Amino acid sequence: MPAPSLNVELERAELERAELEQIELDLFVQALKRRHGHDFSQYAPASLTRRVRQLVHAHHCSSITGLTARLLHEPDFLPLVIKGLSVPVSEMFRDPQVFLALREHVLPVLASYPQITVWQAGCAQGQEVYSLAIMLEEAGLYERSHIFATDFNPDALQRAQEGIYPARDAQLWSRNYLLAGGSQSLASYYSARYDFIKLDQRLRRNITFANHNLVTDKVFCEAHLVLCRNVLIYFSNPLQNHTLTLFRDSLVRGGHLCLGLRESLDFAPVAADFSAVDANLRLYRRSSQLMAEARDGAA
Amino acid sequence: MAQPEAIAIGCSKGGFNALKLLLGALDPRLPQTVLVCCHTASGTGVLSGLLASHSALPVVEAVERQPAAAGTVHIAPGGYHLLLEHDQHFALSVDEPVCFSRPSIDVLFSSAADVYHTGLIGVVLTGANRDGAHGLAQIRDHGGIAVVQAPANAEAATMPQAALDISGADYCLPLEKIAQLLNHLCLT
Ligand SMILES: C[S@@+](CC[C@H](N)C(=O)[O-])C[C@H]1O[C@@H](n2cnc3c(N)ncnc32)[C@H](O)[C@@H]1O
Repeated sequence: MPAPSLNVELERAELERAELEQIELDLFVQALKRRHGHDFSQYAPASLTRRVRQLVHAHHCSSITGLTARLLHEPDFLPLVIKGLSVPVSEMFRDPQVFLALREHVLPVLASYPQITVWQAGCAQGQEVYSLAIMLEEAGLYERSHIFATDFNPDALQRAQEGIYPARDAQLWSRNYLLAGGSQSLASYYSARYDFIKLDQRLRRNITFANHNLVTDKVFCEAHLVLCRNVLIYFSNPLQNHTLTLFRDSLVRGGHLCLGLRESLDFAPVAADFSAVDANLRLYRRSSQLMAEARDGAA
Repeated sequence: MAQPEAIAIGCSKGGFNALKLLLGALDPRLPQTVLVCCHTASGTGVLSGLLASHSALPVVEAVERQPAAAGTVHIAPGGYHLLLEHDQHFALSVDEPVCFSRPSIDVLFSSAADVYHTGLIGVVLTGANRDGAHGLAQIRDHGGIAVVQAPANAEAATMPQAALDISGADYCLPLEKIAQLLNHLCLT
């Protein structure tokens, strides 16, 4: 054990180092916002810090300030930064029980609309969009459906449109698909080539991929289902509430909202406008006019 | 010396048995927050449920956006990385697995080191991969204390050995001695 005085020294040095990094991080976030209009100021700090450090490492900078300098002076650097800060990690039919619930409880409601609009926000490389398309297809609803798949990471969107994935993922995804109530084999929706699988491009026919930033962009469609999973997990409470407000405003009354399994409405005031269909699966509905009135009346 | 504020424990293969022993021998008066990342944790609350009956301290699964509590063992849920914000609230992420693992010990250790600085004890127990070694090095860099289970004493030696190789340790002990050490460091 170091002597007590040494310990005090150590602690002071450590706190100074931490404070310096915090300053650098704040300046980086500010540069990103002022120079490029990308606002990460309300992302949950722990994960953001981790991603920024990874960027420093990946681009061989000596500090976060080195990143900031490149961000300010090199026009081509922004896409690399966005790619590094976005976390386009996904699976087809991730959490199969959720997709099973969508299939069993939400699709029958969607079936009552002549035209169905779905917004999938934070679509990453498209794994969940294609999962939705397959489910709608199997329910005989896809012809009258349209899915908006949005993300703020252009690289991920590009990959999503291509629908090409490493073959090693196919096994897990096939299992997920079956657990989610799939009636075929997932393999009937893709062709395998060497180390890759390519999803049937016909699945793309009713999907629009678009760049949309949940922090700065507005509502653009009237949706019957909004699926946004494992995106809010990266947002601080106020940004989470902001985003959920977007979803509320996009949803028709009675429209469904599906979040990630570890996300919840608990910290968002706008939760009052939703009711739980299955709280464990994070499946909610925008309250209908009647329910809203009953609630306001009771309050 | 100031009392440590938190203990972060990482383990993988053989981890359940090791945790049973370790948590079971911790003093129920420990005021520290205990954070546990065990790769074999599955979906929802199974591991915390199983461990609760072996521990004098309360054992719960860490919940997103909820505070880390003193005198409580928090287990990282399966499928997500567990991180801490500076206000000692939990955050989860689905970032890529690290060393094929999510939750990853490196991620938890590094984030806890950011929050507790010199007031953190990192403990690497039995396991069959190298996760945790870099995280432990970061804990040391930040002035925290590193404890590693003696590889010969571990059900799987790879993980504690990697921790010794990459980070080194302030203490390298068999499991039974680790509980004694933690009680000593944390209560005096
Ligand atoms: C972890 S992925 C989730 C993918 C998929 N929904 C799932 O759960 O498997 C998070 C995605 O959210 C996107 N994202 C993060 N911040 C965003 C923002 N402000 N606007 C739009 N998309 C965002 C990221 O680019 C990334 O693709």
